[in-house]
Amino acid sequence: MAMAALRREGRRFLLSSNPSPVVARSAIFSEESSAPLGARGVSTQVVRNRMKSVRNIQKITKAMKMVAASKLRAVQVRTENSRGLWQPFTALLGDAPSVDVKKNVIITISSDKGLCGGINSTSVKISKSLFKVTSGPEKETKYVVLGEKGKVQLMRDSKNHIDMTISELQKNPLNFTQVSVLADDILKNVEYDALRIVYNKFQSVVQFLPTINTILSPEIVERESEAGGKLGDLDSYEIEGGETKAEILQNLAEFQFSCVLFNAALENACSELGARMSAMDSSSRNAGEMLDRLTLTYNRTRQASITTELTEIISGASALEG
Amino acid sequence: MFRHASRLLIRAAAGEGGAHGRTAAVAASRAFSSEVPAAPVQDTAFIEAWKKVAPNIEPPKTPLEFLKPRPPTPSTIPSKLTVNFVLPYQSEISSKEVDMVIIPATTGQMGVLPGHVATIAELKPGLLSVHEGTEVTKYFVSSGFAFIHANSFTDIVAIEAVPIDRIDPDLVQKGLTEFTQKLSSATTDLEKAEAQIGVDVHSAMNAALSG
Repeated sequence: MAMAALRREGRRFLLSSNPSPVVARSAIFSEESSAPLGARGVSTQVVRNRMKSVRNIQKITKAMKMVAASKLRAVQVRTENSRGLWQPFTALLGDAPSVDVKKNVIITISSDKGLCGGINSTSVKISKSLFKVTSGPEKETKYVVLGEKGKVQLMRDSKNHIDMTISELQKNPLNFTQVSVLADDILKNVEYDALRIVYNKFQSVVQFLPTINTILSPEIVERESEAGGKLGDLDSYEIEGGETKAEILQNLAEFQFSCVLFNAALENACSELGARMSAMDSSSRNAGEMLDRLTLTYNRTRQASITTELTEIISGASALEG
Repeated sequence: MFRHASRLLIRAAAGEGGAHGRTAAVAASRAFSSEVPAAPVQDTAFIEAWKKVAPNIEPPKTPLEFLKPRPPTPSTIPSKLTVNFVLPYQSEISSKEVDMVIIPATTGQMGVLPGHVATIAELKPGLLSVHEGTEVTKYFVSSGFAFIHANSFTDIVAIEAVPIDRIDPDLVQKGLTEFTQKLSSATTDLEKAEAQIGVDVHSAMNAALSG
């Protein structure tokens, strides 16, 4: 975003220097009140200032890329280790994103900080489309938003449908206890038949796949298993421990939610860092290109003013002689 | 020249947000995660519903597409049990073929052999032992769940697990006395519950260490 603004400014400057040099110089002269290096210094001062700011931005974005890269290395290891966590639940209960339920809760995971490319917009887009898919007569869909960026975007048009927002999730490194407390909080405050977690799954440093993970409440699990289909053979499973099947299913649903939310939060954190790395990388590249263009303009302006001065001196001298 | 190529690639991928089938196919061939299956399974009803509402947006992925497919229930009882033991921060055992596992279910220690009936078991803090031939690996697990499938696959999901030899018996004794004391001096229900949990876990650890 900053780079786009700079590009616009640079273009504006280049356009203003295209008409005849005399006009440009007088226009620029009126901009600058002080001329510490004489008439020669004025027009180059503006370009020099711009070059300095672009160079600073390049350094900052390079540093942000390095920081994101080092953080990514640590989080990526933890994410890949946590990938085994949701697999047993999907292996047991299958995955039913097209399940037809009355109360849906869409949990959107986004980042708190910006400058991370398009991943937050992607998550919000997917959440809004999912809202449309799951809405219908007698159905109600609510949002729970994790992260500031998603909250800002969803508040704009879906303010009434947001149940809870949670921010500053990553102040301390993510760990399972924190996420299970959060999951507990969410479950206490929302009524749900199906929870759908929307997040960006980390595929590689340049690719993030938007993913939806669906968790059904115990009553819906019972209903689906009785109806047959994907969960049909759930009945064939013996229940060990606990008084009733319902109790076990309740614990199972809560545990599944914590595990899946933990994995989703880690994957999203990884995707955020990867996206920030590539965004900052392209930023520094753009800044470098811009710097090259500005340097050329600077040299041209400098040489033009030197030439003009020399020409004046020489023509004045020849006028005196001749 | 290389730089330009990689820059264009990064810009293209970042610009599209990685939600296109084309880039997905490219990425699948060089994906970091080894769990992307060869033939992704998709929920067709969901995809259709999605296309009706948002035809321009690529439908998002679901976990089924990332799950390694499992073999169906065999007709004869297999000789080995395949165990997956996962924790939030690590996959302790993944797809290892063993002879038997003993899991600490809430109803007591439960032995799982190949061909065990499909079960969902809730776990309590206790000893988990994996028997492979002559060697036995013992872990102390906090609670979790164990799913035993009909195709002799066992998934054990626990929150914490440590190998037995990393538990310090003195600290266990100290913890046990501390929590028993707290239990007797507890006033509110919450404190009683917390102290009770502490006592249970520590006595289970004690039993695991000695047994």
